[in-house]
Amino acid sequence: MSEMFIAKGDFPAIIERLMSRYRVYAPVKNGRHYEFAALKEAGAADLGFKNTRMSPKAIFYPQAERMFEYSLAKDDPEVNIVKETPKDFSPQVVLGIRPCDAKAFRLDDANFCSDKFKDPWWAQRRESTTLIGFACNSPSSTCFCTSVNTGPFDTTGLDAMLVDTGDGYALQVITEKGKNVLGILELKPAPAQVAGKVEELKASAEKSVATAFDPPAIAQQGTLDIFNAPIWDEIHFACLNCGTCTFMCPTCWCFDIQDEVQEGTKGDRLRLWDSCMFSLFTFHGSGHNPRSQKVQRVRQRFMHKLKYYQDKYGTGTACVGCGRCVQACPVNIDIRQVGRLMGSGCSCPA
Amino acid sequence: MQAYTEKIREAAKRLLAEKKVDGVIGFRKGTMPFMNEPFMAKTPEQADLLVWDGNCGINLANYLPKRTDKIAIVAKGCDSRNISIQILENQIKREQLHILGAPCKGMTDKRKIQDELDGKEILQAEEAGDKVKVSGRDFEKTFNRSEYLQENCAICIHRNPVISDEMLGEPVQEQQVERYEDIKQIEAMLPEEKRKHFDELIEPCIRCYACRSACPACYCPTCFVDESKPQWVGKTTDPTDTRTFHFLRAFHVAGRCSDCGACERSCPVGIKVREFTKKLEKEVKELYGYEAGMVQDLRPPLDVYRPDDPEPFL
Repeated sequence: MSEMFIAKGDFPAIIERLMSRYRVYAPVKNGRHYEFAALKEAGAADLGFKNTRMSPKAIFYPQAERMFEYSLAKDDPEVNIVKETPKDFSPQVVLGIRPCDAKAFRLDDANFCSDKFKDPWWAQRRESTTLIGFACNSPSSTCFCTSVNTGPFDTTGLDAMLVDTGDGYALQVITEKGKNVLGILELKPAPAQVAGKVEELKASAEKSVATAFDPPAIAQQGTLDIFNAPIWDEIHFACLNCGTCTFMCPTCWCFDIQDEVQEGTKGDRLRLWDSCMFSLFTFHGSGHNPRSQKVQRVRQRFMHKLKYYQDKYGTGTACVGCGRCVQACPVNIDIRQVGRLMGSGCSCPA
Repeated sequence: MQAYTEKIREAAKRLLAEKKVDGVIGFRKGTMPFMNEPFMAKTPEQADLLVWDGNCGINLANYLPKRTDKIAIVAKGCDSRNISIQILENQIKREQLHILGAPCKGMTDKRKIQDELDGKEILQAEEAGDKVKVSGRDFEKTFNRSEYLQENCAICIHRNPVISDEMLGEPVQEQQVERYEDIKQIEAMLPEEKRKHFDELIEPCIRCYACRSACPACYCPTCFVDESKPQWVGKTTDPTDTRTFHFLRAFHVAGRCSDCGACERSCPVGIKVREFTKKLEKEVKELYGYEAGMVQDLRPPLDVYRPDDPEPFL
């Protein structure tokens, strides 16, 4: 793991060099919130953020994506032939992604890019993207990454990672991919004292993240015991069944596929984010809905994240503790509290 | 308003112990500053979890439609107006309800307070009277709550509940304010300016439907966005689809919206969705002299026909 150093004054020029070779996504302030955006100018990148409001999953998995298109015109020789819509897989860099969000992509790979199944677009975008992370020196009070098998300095999902050391950024190269991308920058090696400083920052950041709940305690309990526990009655009451938590979540991957026909002459096949919070999500063509009740939908979301994923893949929860759902839930349903209740094995909530 | 906490708990314990109600809908303290969680106390013991302060901006009437049990509910002015509408629209029966009226001085807008703090994270917020003291890792600051109210609360003219079975406090003074300044500005725009304004307004929309889901007037068994046989509205974030959703939703609550602000409060990306609903509120008030939920025996004007209905738009 080689370590390099970028003085803060040099940072915009470094971003510009990256932009000359790659499409560069970075956090940009937009109104009250930050979001990942493809940079048009280096100066727009702003690392003065805690985290972006939406997770960066849309970079690999857009909220609405045109997958295929087809002609419906009777006189068109290619009528009814479904063709893949051209997509841009040119090399890109995501700069400033938080370790939790990068770890989330690893978890999402279980769905989109496993040995058994490959989503071609997710896989190609993953392949053509280099993730240059940004360690969290001061995590938010809503962060709980250390409870869910990642952390403010976790490099698991990253190709390289920046650490803000005050006057500059220490840059750790983690993968070959990271090495190749950063090779063009001709960076200087970090001064000797930087490594110690990074270790200090890491220790203090990790210490500042509170323990939220204990995933192994949830894994050890019987699925039906949690499923049938009386806790859900109280947890679900406030829920509005909006899609805020699922749309912001870096590990919520569910989608719907729909055809939209325009003026009867052509059509698009779209992939659209969907949400288990919506009644329509499980509405069958027959009219039956296996999750017609709010309590069933609320339970599904937490069971999927904290129980089923653990049981199925054995790699921990499908949650990276980014805290977005905690911050944005309009009615303050708090996954940390739900995780505690699910792991408590107690039949008497609150 | 914090004084209501004790009164709510006392009433809840009494009503539950006497088995007058099956549950008491109010709020319990949230896990974060400026947040409370809607909560239904079902036992006298749970009643001690109920709280009241300036962070009760979610409209609790949202939890009533189609309930079959007997419910006590804490209601601000706006909540009570939505309860009236729901009673008129047969979503709940008056005799099922025991309304704990909460005269209201407005709910705090945490976003406005956060704007003053240069990105610093609020770790604690303590409310005392009109003051709210917020603190974080290396700062402490006190705000006058009345200057940091939700926008709908700042221009609210019906702070006192319109129906109740018992009141939690003395009525508060109603405000004399101009409610439609922002709407008049938009009305004065040229058509193309309006279009641009609204397109920019809803540009961040992620179609999560939090605005709809938080709305006590949105209780359709199947919302038009969930119609699937056939589908009525596209699900993309293309401006056409997003516009269709926001415009249709606003029209559907015309004359039924109390401007409680739950939609705007709930929006995770901070869209001022009330610009749509307020315009329709203004139209209904000007055309029919009707304000949602202020009377208990008159259904919303778009729900009834009268031969002398004004029709200047025909």
